[in-house]
Amino acid sequence: MSAHTESAPRSQVRMYSRGREGADRRVMGIAHVVLAIWAIIVIFPMLWTLMSSFKDNTEIISSPFALPGSVNFDNYVTAWTQHNIGLYFINTVIVVGGALFLVMLLGAMCSYILARYEFPGRMGIYYLMLAGLTFPIFLAIVPLFFVMENLGIRNTLPGLIIVYVAFALPFTVFFLYAFFRSLPVEMSEAAQVDGAGHWRTFFQVMLPMAVPGMASVAIFNFLGLWNQFLLPVALNTRRENWVLSQGIASFVSQAGYRTDFGSMFAAVVITVIPVLVIYVIFQRRLQGSVAQGTMK
Amino acid sequence: MTATSQDPGRALAVGAGPTPGGRKAPRRRRRHPLTLDYVSFFVMFLGLPLGLFLVFVIWPFAQAAYYSLTNWTGFSADFDVIGVSNYLRLFNDELFRTAVWNSARLALVVPLVTISIALIFASLITVGGSAKGNIRGLAGSDFYRVVSFFPYAIPAIVIALMWRLIFDPNIGLINGVLTAFGLGQFESYPWLGRVATAMPVTMFVIIWGMVGFYMLLFIAAIKGVPAETFEAARLDGAGRWRTIRSIILPLIRNNVQTAWIYLGIIALDGFVYVQALNPTGGPANSTLVMSQYLFRTAFTDGRFGLASAMGVVLALVTLLFAAIVFSVNRALGGRDEKGSSG
Repeated sequence: MSAHTESAPRSQVRMYSRGREGADRRVMGIAHVVLAIWAIIVIFPMLWTLMSSFKDNTEIISSPFALPGSVNFDNYVTAWTQHNIGLYFINTVIVVGGALFLVMLLGAMCSYILARYEFPGRMGIYYLMLAGLTFPIFLAIVPLFFVMENLGIRNTLPGLIIVYVAFALPFTVFFLYAFFRSLPVEMSEAAQVDGAGHWRTFFQVMLPMAVPGMASVAIFNFLGLWNQFLLPVALNTRRENWVLSQGIASFVSQAGYRTDFGSMFAAVVITVIPVLVIYVIFQRRLQGSVAQGTMK
Repeated sequence: MTATSQDPGRALAVGAGPTPGGRKAPRRRRRHPLTLDYVSFFVMFLGLPLGLFLVFVIWPFAQAAYYSLTNWTGFSADFDVIGVSNYLRLFNDELFRTAVWNSARLALVVPLVTISIALIFASLITVGGSAKGNIRGLAGSDFYRVVSFFPYAIPAIVIALMWRLIFDPNIGLINGVLTAFGLGQFESYPWLGRVATAMPVTMFVIIWGMVGFYMLLFIAAIKGVPAETFEAARLDGAGRWRTIRSIILPLIRNNVQTAWIYLGIIALDGFVYVQALNPTGGPANSTLVMSQYLFRTAFTDGRFGLASAMGVVLALVTLLFAAIVFSVNRALGGRDEKGSSG
């Protein structure tokens, strides 16, 4: 997609002499070279990781370049079963799925009421949410540990879901607020005139209209929650409740001491594949929503 | 719930001033009768999310500020309020000062380099195309854009682990490449184990993960600039560099400011990256950052009061960072620019 290719008069072309055309090509050439080098820096490590995930430990240690002797999925099986990556994967899906659903629902409800109703403290709540967006989670992590302990929900998956929701809420509200603000007032008023209550107006009229805006926020929330590290590491310490990022981190702490490099690479690939698939499927929409997000 | 001054029905009119309904408001407002529908709606839609937010986000933040004034260990129920001694102790703790300095280095270098690279790439992609006719993007730039964004979709812990393996002295890709090019001295060079390279490698890993996203953000911002602006510049004879310097940079400066603040927050945290690359703080603590020291103090040493004080310092440093970015942008005339997307 090039920037501004609208069909405009081409007359100004004449301003450029032949001499500049050569320089022009050089600049474009340099641009391609620079960008291609970056593309290699991005892709090469990922390909290397993928390749290494098919090698056994001796192959990995003997040469970082050699292709795997045979393509076998032993490392994946070991990672999935012996290193419990399978269990962590399922936990992650449950936690991220549950938190994503709840945060989108609660976020939409909260931003709708902030955007469409007037009541005292409305802007106060909005700014409080903004503050929650900028404060470092690190400041909250210690007391949060004990809040959850006292509520008896530390080390449980529902507990982790609730914390994920609470910390993803400010971002969600911040973006959906602007979105609900932009929806036409007439729609909700018409619904209310027709006798729909506040609940029905929201769920049958406003929420369906908000779905396109919510989709992009949901993608960003998915990436953010799937990548979440500090919250589970500090609050979710029981091994059978671990999520993927903790499983990966445990490889880190083992590293150096009889490390099973092969299954480490495999675990990395297992963690990356779902996110990469989501990204490739939604990359057009994601880029559109980045555009929206920057206009705030 | 009774219809006192707290009731939301009246609340709807408050935006108009102390005399409800006295002034003609720009937005249409109606009084809503206090039906069950309306009350339950407010409780569920506002009360539930807000309650969650207050209990799990705001309340811990507030508590942290209080705990920072105590000698609480977390495991005994009783503790004393010891005033600012935790802060004095941090001030005299050489290791903490090292951690602050390392965090500051990250917050300085990571946004600067990431934004520079992202801006250059975004400019190349949007206006790097043929200088003839209309300003256009580079041919085939779709590929670069999609690929550059890949790292953003990878969990940070995975990025860090991946690069740790790539920089591994014995099995790593980097030493393999360097040795293959005849640089024998790198055969088992411990990149993350030397003071000279541990921090730069850490910075590189964070930057690698971030460039794609901010590139995309800047591309979106540049595309938000009306095509006529570019055409006018082109007709006035502006070349690519002139266009970038005089058109793009001033017009997207607020996006750059936002990016700077986000990246600063990420760099000041940095926990995932340093923890995965060098769990113990690196050679001579050269990659120990505030968040990592805080985590260790809290969950390994069990000194929660002291750790909370570190958290407060971290929050203050973050706010200070944001304030500096804002004032630099303003000092450079950010407010006066017309047409900047605010």
